[in-house]
Amino acid sequence: MFSRLFPRVPVLSGAFLLSVLAPIVAHAADAPVPDKGDTTWMLVSTVLVFFMAIPGIALFYGGLVRAKNMLSIMTQVYVITCLVSLIWVIYGYSLAFTNGGGINSFIGGFSKAFLRGVDANSVAATFSNGVVIPEYVYICFQMTFAMLTPALIVGAFAERMRFSALVLFMVLWVTFVYFPMAHMVWYWAGPDALADAAKAVAAATDATAKAAAEARLAEVTADAGLLYKWGALDFAGGTVVHINAGIAGLVGCIMLGKRIGFGRELIAPHSLTTTTIGAAMLWVGWFGFNAGSNLEANGTAALAMLNTFVATGAAGLSWLLVEWALKGKPSLLGLVSGTIAGLVAVTPAAGFAGPMGSIVLGLVAGAVCFFFCSTVKNALGYDDSLDVFGIHCVGGILGAIATGILVAPSLGGVGLADYISSPGHLVAGEYVFSAAVLSQIKAVAVAITWSAVGSAIIYKIVDMVVGLRAEPEEEREGLDLAEHGERAYNY
Amino acid sequence: MKFIVAIIKPFKLEEVRDALSPLDVHGLTVTEVKGYGRQKGHTEIYRGAEYAVNFLPKLKIEVAVDSAIVDQVVAAIAGAARTGQIGDGKIFVLSLESALRIRTGETDLDAI
Repeated sequence: MFSRLFPRVPVLSGAFLLSVLAPIVAHAADAPVPDKGDTTWMLVSTVLVFFMAIPGIALFYGGLVRAKNMLSIMTQVYVITCLVSLIWVIYGYSLAFTNGGGINSFIGGFSKAFLRGVDANSVAATFSNGVVIPEYVYICFQMTFAMLTPALIVGAFAERMRFSALVLFMVLWVTFVYFPMAHMVWYWAGPDALADAAKAVAAATDATAKAAAEARLAEVTADAGLLYKWGALDFAGGTVVHINAGIAGLVGCIMLGKRIGFGRELIAPHSLTTTTIGAAMLWVGWFGFNAGSNLEANGTAALAMLNTFVATGAAGLSWLLVEWALKGKPSLLGLVSGTIAGLVAVTPAAGFAGPMGSIVLGLVAGAVCFFFCSTVKNALGYDDSLDVFGIHCVGGILGAIATGILVAPSLGGVGLADYISSPGHLVAGEYVFSAAVLSQIKAVAVAITWSAVGSAIIYKIVDMVVGLRAEPEEEREGLDLAEHGERAYNY
Repeated sequence: MKFIVAIIKPFKLEEVRDALSPLDVHGLTVTEVKGYGRQKGHTEIYRGAEYAVNFLPKLKIEVAVDSAIVDQVVAAIAGAARTGQIGDGKIFVLSLESALRIRTGETDLDAI
């Protein structure tokens, strides 16, 4: 019954539950303190995710553009990380992860602007009752996601966006598109708040007290983002990161128009060596992204890590084999693109699906993203320079919907979490296929709509203020010299 | 004196050099070039975007020789650079009016 009334939330393995149960029972009244193992893992994960942005995505994208635009990609990605590091602590974290009052379904408030009230003793909830991590770690970890997501968009309009336009766009985009999406998907009261409220309901002796306690429980349950309340599952950011960035990229490449010479001149990657190094760094960093999103160092983090290996391997092979069969040659770019598609697809599913389900997800993701990057893009004629849409959005949609399927225990998934039926104990809630998949589809639809509309408005504003696109002669010369006054290679 | 310009396949450079060393050839200049002839280009595919690459990488060898040995040199280059496949390249022989070694000021045959 409760699983219908209350949102499904990320679940943890039964074995781990037993291990945390004892301390909760013994010290129910004590405020939980962070575990050093969890804290260490989250510090490491934070750095791993940061490594995905610089130099991971910068090298991955940089190698894919022509030599004359190499530095523009690197500068854009690097400046985004610098910008977001400040925006995040000034107001970004607060907008994403605090209660927004009347509009709490969509965005948080300014109660933690400038990190007000946060110190080294502050803690943030995890997915286990009685387990917390230092809030500073959580702030840093989530900051790296806010850096990486806008950096992903850069690939879609690569080789033609004016630098000043990029800076302005990214400030507005993280503020009006990313922070609300992160809030809608990831903001919730936490397991202990739910458990305390549910225990109060159980402990209420008379009708008045029970009504008050139930009202309080409803209030705590409602203290979450819109998609969270709908029961949407997104372990590490399929909707928030990949669909969000992918759609922003698609809208951007359409609004900026095609590169000069697109479809007529040779616009080949200038260094697939660089791209492969970047892709490998992304894979390594992604363990922080996916396994770190568990927020604790335990079996579920290990599951997410395992899934991040096998889904990625399956997707790389899948793309390689399909390309080999259809185009005649197994290309390195195809192989590494497949692995990125697999990483994207497994992101929302990492801690929910079982390893065998993740392999199937990877196999499908590699083939589907290949189809979008080759056939669909060519048919529609948009110039998504580095396939941000074809890999991140398509892979993200696929992964998000598949998560609703692969979470099913019958398919090897971990099942849906229920923090309420048995307060303080995490139990598996009832899995209903149609409900689970429907909430995933609704989440995908919201992510697409929010990002498409928000991004289009922001591109339009930026175009009016500074102009989105570099001048044709600047584009021909290359953005490195035209915008930054330097060249990547002097030989 | 003759000036020989040979366009060859890049991987044939060492064999050409080896073939020239027994002859009275004291130096040559190599440049990486691109071009097309009877050998058509190839197709490169990047994530499904197919590009016809018409200009293929070749090496251009330039060597100045005494007219007396020009036939031997041309034969040596041709013999070493030949694979029998389309795209083996071409050899051009030009008349050379003068030469000067910058360090010593020696001229013509003494300079090559």
